[in-house]
Amino acid sequence: MTTTAPTAPAAPASLSGAGAVVELDAVEKRYGTHRALAGLSLRVEPGEFLSLLGPSGCGKTTALRALAGLEAIDAGAIRIDGEDVANTPANKRDMGMVFQQYSLFPHMTVRQNVAFGLEMRKVPSSERKSRVVDALDMVHLADFADRFPHQLSGGQQQRVALARALVTRPRVLLLDEPLSALDAKVRVSLREEIRRIQSDLGITTVFVTHDQEEALAVSDRIAVMNAGDIEQIGTPEELYRSPSSAFTADFVGQSNRLGGDLRGGDVFVYGFRVPALDLTVADGPVLAYVRPEDIAFAAEGVTGRVVSSSFLGSIRRTTVRLDDDTIVTVQHEVGDRRVSGDSVAVRLLGAPVAVAPVS
Amino acid sequence: MTTASAPGVPAATLVTSEQATAARAGTPADATARRGAGPRVRRRGGIAWLGLTPFAAYVLLFLAVPAVIAVGSGFFDASGHPTLANLAALGDPSVLRAFGGSFGLSAASAVIGAVVGALVCWALAALRPDGIVRSMIDSAASVLAQFGGVMLAFAFIATIGTQGLVTAWLVSTFHWDLNADGAFLYTVPGLVIPYVYFQVPLMVLTFMPALEGVKTQWGEAAATLGASRFTYWRRVALPVLAPAFCGSLLLLFANGFSSFATAAALISQGGIVPLTIRAQLTSETIIGLQNVAGVLALGMVVVMAVVMTAYSLLQRRAARWQR
Amino acid sequence: MAAVSAGAPARPAGPARPAGPARSARTSRPARTGGPARAPRFGTAPSLGTAAVVLIVVGLVFAVPLVALLQFTFRQGTDGSLTTAHYTALADPANAGTYQPVFDGLGASLLIAVIAVAIVLLVLLPAQVITALHHPRLRRILEFVCLVPITVPVVVLVVGFVPVYQFVAQVFGSGAWTLSFAIGIIALPFAFRPISAAITAMDLITLTEAARSLGASWWTVTWRVLLPNLRRGILAACFLTITVVLGEYTLASFLSRTTFQTALLLVQGTDPYVAAIFSLGALVFGFLLLVAIGRIGQRRTRVRRPHPKDPA
Repeated sequence: MTTTAPTAPAAPASLSGAGAVVELDAVEKRYGTHRALAGLSLRVEPGEFLSLLGPSGCGKTTALRALAGLEAIDAGAIRIDGEDVANTPANKRDMGMVFQQYSLFPHMTVRQNVAFGLEMRKVPSSERKSRVVDALDMVHLADFADRFPHQLSGGQQQRVALARALVTRPRVLLLDEPLSALDAKVRVSLREEIRRIQSDLGITTVFVTHDQEEALAVSDRIAVMNAGDIEQIGTPEELYRSPSSAFTADFVGQSNRLGGDLRGGDVFVYGFRVPALDLTVADGPVLAYVRPEDIAFAAEGVTGRVVSSSFLGSIRRTTVRLDDDTIVTVQHEVGDRRVSGDSVAVRLLGAPVAVAPVS
Repeated sequence: MTTASAPGVPAATLVTSEQATAARAGTPADATARRGAGPRVRRRGGIAWLGLTPFAAYVLLFLAVPAVIAVGSGFFDASGHPTLANLAALGDPSVLRAFGGSFGLSAASAVIGAVVGALVCWALAALRPDGIVRSMIDSAASVLAQFGGVMLAFAFIATIGTQGLVTAWLVSTFHWDLNADGAFLYTVPGLVIPYVYFQVPLMVLTFMPALEGVKTQWGEAAATLGASRFTYWRRVALPVLAPAFCGSLLLLFANGFSSFATAAALISQGGIVPLTIRAQLTSETIIGLQNVAGVLALGMVVVMAVVMTAYSLLQRRAARWQR
Repeated sequence: MAAVSAGAPARPAGPARPAGPARSARTSRPARTGGPARAPRFGTAPSLGTAAVVLIVVGLVFAVPLVALLQFTFRQGTDGSLTTAHYTALADPANAGTYQPVFDGLGASLLIAVIAVAIVLLVLLPAQVITALHHPRLRRILEFVCLVPITVPVVVLVVGFVPVYQFVAQVFGSGAWTLSFAIGIIALPFAFRPISAAITAMDLITLTEAARSLGASWWTVTWRVLLPNLRRGILAACFLTITVVLGEYTLASFLSRTTFQTALLLVQGTDPYVAAIFSLGALVFGFLLLVAIGRIGQRRTRVRRPHPKDPA
């Protein structure tokens, strides 16, 4: 049976494809009166791993399917390497796609599944054989070549789906929440494997997920989507440390929402002055999004009582009820044990925070 | 009435037992399915057996006994002594003709019913599953699959009988008399038409779950891999549907083979095996051997057992892929 | 597999034309600027237009015998004129003698239906539930037993029923209602499946264990957990039993009892019109019964399946 694979050799040359530039230009898609995509514009650089991240209904899967040609768009343009593909049907777009589940053909063996795309491209039989073997080696499933999909676990099926998508050397790889249906441990090891293969091959990749931790872990850039458009796009660090809006701050990573007062570019929270990230919000009462790691226990500061404390292996997260009944989560080192009921004081460490007007 | 072999279940609740069992085998519920509820305590065994005994007794008296008598009576002569002589009836020309007629009728109605039924299923797949049109058609299929043999016979007498509506229309439009050589409906080939009428709804009921089980991801994956619609059908959809289609075809064959009432209402002599059984039971001396009805019953059971075994094997294969 | 290539839905317009070039030909315009998009299809379903054509054509063909039957009930003689005389004759007491067998048969069939439903509810249902709860390994046996009446056709079983019913007649008399025992057997496969599907769907064991752990007695579990959740399957089973009974001809004819179907055939000889009227009535009744049961089931457990057009 399969377990997390050790660091593997680089992907075989037979599979390396050149990454393409992917562009979405003011794309609109409507279902009745609902705007699934609202003027979405996006550019993915060659070889880049870009994640579309957002809650259900934000349009990320619709955008991916529009890229693949599985959905038609109402307005805007989709370009691959500068070539407009709006009129190209899905089976001519030369993209590899991995679905969330059930995408392997049940009546074909693993080998036949992987060979399918090559058969469609009329690759001669001998070359087909070797490329299939290479692809299966890449996902460490060479021994399972003659099994049927229903004999494989979920993680194995997704690996076969990945091999099948990549064996044809597509210009772009599209992944529609490929890990959502899998167990937690498999999810972590498989996402790393996907990332490794992707960077070895240098193939432009668009990855859809609702799991922000997953997106942060594997992406070159993340596009946070909301209501059919991109809320913010940037590297994982940028999104985490400098969220440009309350939505992003809330969605990516954990945040404490604390009341404060915005004045002249700084926000005053419980008497602490911290820089504000979003300069478009007007002065006045705001909600400040403070990360748990930007709050620390101190000898003096805002007082409160410990509610509970969780041990998370390498860190601790302690929930504190401040004297004004606000709940904050503090992330701190493991050695600092806090017990429920303790009187404590916390202070803000001064990292810039995102703010939102109090509605 | 299409005798018992027509599983006319409302489509929404139709899960063949084989599929249900196979589906269960792959899920976590399988463990609980084997385990049963609660501890295995002897005291509850009492109530459980109380619930099962009536069923067991009922089935024994009214199913096991008649079935054994029916199948076994061919092996006994008139005075009750075991003998194999009666089996010679299977070689009798009129019996062979009856089996031939039954096979032909069942096969023809099964093939036509399967093709038309599959077509209807294919069209139904385009409708919203919870829409009103779909549920009306599901209900219609359920009812028509059960549309009684006698009542169906009347409907067809009114349609293509000597005074039938369609007969008159054919004569006036095409100057062709369907019943020129005697009423077509009262011949074995003519029976195909009413048989198709209840075979098609049965096909719709049994094949629809298979068609619905074809996942859209397969089609989308095929497209992203470069397959045209034609290739998708040829390499993916048809092969996946083939076991279920053949299974349903076999079920239709079994259904046609065992039907009695429609034929009985239309034909007074023999021509197919069930009618010959009727003739044997009402006047025993047609062939001159004893208990010929029992021999014919045995023959029918053998055919049905083979067909139903093949059917359940195909269903198991189809269910495995649709998990 | 000749049947597959000839019979599978490959014949109509869909897959026969190469869809690739055709589709791009249809959509070959400059980059889209507005207007609703035509959704490409990737499943097995045809376009709504094709589907409508197929369904309408098949629907019309299937309507023909029913229309013919209906027209027949209005027919007068062979000259094509129409009349409602046959319907009014039903109410005419002078004809009571002719129609009495049909009413007798109908009454007998209804009585048999009641008893058969009782058998399903009191004998089959407990057996299925108990097997599912306590003896899961027996489930296969139960399933096999309930499938025997399909594999062994009624025409075969009836050969064995003749001697059995000689015995039954000694104990219970020879009224038509005694047929209910045999017809109950015939109805077994039809009643078994909806209940079995309902049992699987409701995850009987988990719910029962949950109820028991909350302190419910077996009586409470049965009435408040099992039966409400099995309701749809039970109703479907009862409906199918009723239709099996009303449509059953073989047993009644071989065992020389008067039921609805045998009476119809008998009356057809003297007055085919009334036979036709009753046949139509039975069909309409069956259809309405099924729709009613379907509606009851739907209102209770409306599971909204995701439609392909739902946004992600």
